Amino acid sequence: MEALVTQIQGLSGTASDVLSLQNLLKQADDSLHAESTRLPPFLDQLDPSKHSLGYLYFLEACTAGPVTQEQASSFLLTIARFISSCVAEQIRLAPDKFICVCKRFKDQVLLLEEPLRGVAPMLTAIRKLQLSSEHLTALHPEFLLLCLLSKCYKTALSILEEDIFEVDQPRDLFLFCYYGGMISIGQKQFRKALELLHNVVTAPMSTVNAIAVEAFKKYILVSLIHHGQFPTNLPKYASSGAQRNLKNLCQPYVELASSYSNGKIADLETYVEANKDKFESDNNLGLVKQAVSSMYKRNIQRLTQTYLTLSLQDIANRVQLNSPKEAEMHVLQMIKDGEIYATINQKDGMVRFLEDPEQYKTCEMIERIDSSIQRLMTVSKKLNVMDELMSCDPLYLAKAGRERQRFDFDDFDNVPQRYNI
Amino acid sequence: MDGEEDASNLMMEANSTGGVDEAPLSSTTTRRNRPIISGEPLDIEAYAGLYTGRTKINRLIFIASHCDNPAMELEALRMASDEIKKGENTQLYREVVQKIEGRLGPNYEMDTAWCSMIELKAEQRKEKLESELNSYRTNLIKESIRMGYNDFGDFYYAHGALGDAFKSYVRTRDYCTTSKHIIQMCLSAILVSIEMVQFSNVSSYVSKAEQTPEALDPPTTAKLCCAAGLAHLEAKKYKLAARKFLEVGLELGNSYSEVIVPQDVATYGGLCALASFDRTELKATILSLLSPAPPLFSIHNKVIDNINFRDFLELVPEVRELINDFYSSHYASCLEYLGNLKPNLILDIHLYDHVETLYDQIRNKALIQYTLPFVSVDMRMMADAFKTSVAGLEKELEALITDNQIQARIDSHNKILYARHADQRNATFQRVLQTGNEFDRDVRAMLLRANLLKHDCNLKASRKV
Repeated sequence: MEALVTQIQGLSGTASDVLSLQNLLKQADDSLHAESTRLPPFLDQLDPSKHSLGYLYFLEACTAGPVTQEQASSFLLTIARFISSCVAEQIRLAPDKFICVCKRFKDQVLLLEEPLRGVAPMLTAIRKLQLSSEHLTALHPEFLLLCLLSKCYKTALSILEEDIFEVDQPRDLFLFCYYGGMISIGQKQFRKALELLHNVVTAPMSTVNAIAVEAFKKYILVSLIHHGQFPTNLPKYASSGAQRNLKNLCQPYVELASSYSNGKIADLETYVEANKDKFESDNNLGLVKQAVSSMYKRNIQRLTQTYLTLSLQDIANRVQLNSPKEAEMHVLQMIKDGEIYATINQKDGMVRFLEDPEQYKTCEMIERIDSSIQRLMTVSKKLNVMDELMSCDPLYLAKAGRERQRFDFDDFDNVPQRYNI
Repeated sequence: MDGEEDASNLMMEANSTGGVDEAPLSSTTTRRNRPIISGEPLDIEAYAGLYTGRTKINRLIFIASHCDNPAMELEALRMASDEIKKGENTQLYREVVQKIEGRLGPNYEMDTAWCSMIELKAEQRKEKLESELNSYRTNLIKESIRMGYNDFGDFYYAHGALGDAFKSYVRTRDYCTTSKHIIQMCLSAILVSIEMVQFSNVSSYVSKAEQTPEALDPPTTAKLCCAAGLAHLEAKKYKLAARKFLEVGLELGNSYSEVIVPQDVATYGGLCALASFDRTELKATILSLLSPAPPLFSIHNKVIDNINFRDFLELVPEVRELINDFYSSHYASCLEYLGNLKPNLILDIHLYDHVETLYDQIRNKALIQYTLPFVSVDMRMMADAFKTSVAGLEKELEALITDNQIQARIDSHNKILYARHADQRNATFQRVLQTGNEFDRDVRAMLLRANLLKHDCNLKASRKV
């Protein structure tokens, strides 16, 4: 054991040394696990910022076994310090171990019921493990889970803003998008939530999994809140399993959506009352209530299309509210949120609907359009790169070659008809 | 349709005789010259006098079952049973007698003797026809087989077995040699289909008849146009129906009275045209005919052909006035005419379930046409013009605006309608930004999915290896 420690201390200097160290550590892994109880004192001999890889192996072996309550908080401190001071390159040589340690960290934090303690370290961990900002690690969903449980949504937003393109495990993506959707809903950023949930629901999956089902339920509700309608069919690129089965598994929500589209608030409310338990058991009751209130908003918005001025009493009648006072409250809230443009004349009890004052003539607007164009060009380029990569992929060529016509006189490609890998 | 009822009323008063045996044909010619002011309750005898054959009976039964007036109902049923007794349809007779329920006295109770006599005769005739047909079939004489099937068809039709009649008529097709035969077959098939209310068959047989290589004589073309028009009407394709009805030539006369009469052609055509044509088409096809001056040679063909429709419209002056008013924006009187015509139109066997839709369409067109030339419209004046309340008008306008048929906004406080034209520039900017966002979102999602699939493929590939 001591020999190992000295080796770690010695070989943690240069990159080639670290590689040979890694081989040594891999061989010694089993013995480390065997003597896990004896390891904690050795940890003090190692410096996490210099001997990160070794420290990691030791740490992983230490935490492998069951941990008692007293040990738990001391371990938490050790792990947190390690995460903040470790060296990213060394960590990336043994990503599984790192992920393992962090997951155990999360479990401990949850056990102690202090998720807030885990948020910052987990964020640092992600940043160190990620190969690039487009990379999704297994730690992303854990981080989001901690944020959700500790209700600090804002920290999560920085992670959610990044575009994800590379994924290690599909399950990570599903969880990430699902939790991300929930956080966005909490922050009332319904467009982002819709995007994330849409990714879960339409992701390629051979069988429908539970995450997708739950995500679909929320997807319906957020779709109603944000767009006021729910497309009855999933887009064609969703997996066939999803297209067939998701709707059957979320029956009450689909019926809620169709009741919403009929436009009668009274019917919608009775339906919600009748199925309250189901919604509650899915923890979606709050979202359902938001959907119902969004219906009032949509009806008021529709009025702006037909009327220039309307009395508060009329608004209350048409939108099926109880009194002009309520109508005034709703309209006021919508003006504040920027959902409609209007002025309320309290003397006459009239509301005057105005046009959108945006003239699209300001510098800010030009900048906005310009940045949008730049972003789209980057994304487009990425798409082209991927397309090219795909066309050179041997698997693709094999399949394309097989499906070509046997005798094609006009086409003297170099791609052979049968392509053996 | 209303025209001749009123005319006949006046005539009845003049002659002081009434009853079914009044010669209907002579009265139609005199009716054309009577000016009419407003609609009155349907005079059943005059109405039924226009038609012959089975449609007369069907129409009478329909009126009986749909009108509110018990006197009218009984009158209709009485005439129906009289007419049926002249024919051989025992099934229909039984139905009508049941409906009468003995209210018309002993003459109109179930005459079982007559029924059994008719049925016996029917059996005998059927056997005779069958044996004849078999003999023809063994002899393989095409013409005789055709006539045999035709006779069968007529026989079934007279006895009310419409499905069998249709089948028999269709069977003659294989034995038709000249186009005349084909046309005859088509016409018979159309007749039966109309009665069975299977208008898809009607359309197909009309097109079949029109495809015959020989030129058709005018009455036949007219009949086919009417049938096609009815088919379109039933399918709620009002524009096509209007066009077909407008093509019907005057040669129709009374030759198709077992299906439709000129008054019907005028009414159906006029109402459908009003509901579905836009202003230019309306003017070109109908209104040019309402001007008193005769057209010159050089005028476009469509107009000349439609001199005929002017004569049709003369038969139903109310419809003519109605169209005129609509075109010249006298909406109040137009809608008043429509209201007057409505009770009688509901009793029409082909039109009754289209009346509401057509009326709504006409009213909506009137509203839209009213607001079109103005930048702002005082809703109180508009409500007066349409004989409705401001609140009701507001509701109708709201529906039309939501439907995007009127581009305007309502100032509910001052009750003014302001025309509103969308700002193209702003709308374009908005759409551009939105499209950009959607593209971005979709491409990113697509790249993500591609990555997932690639991961899946790599897994599979690594498993294979």
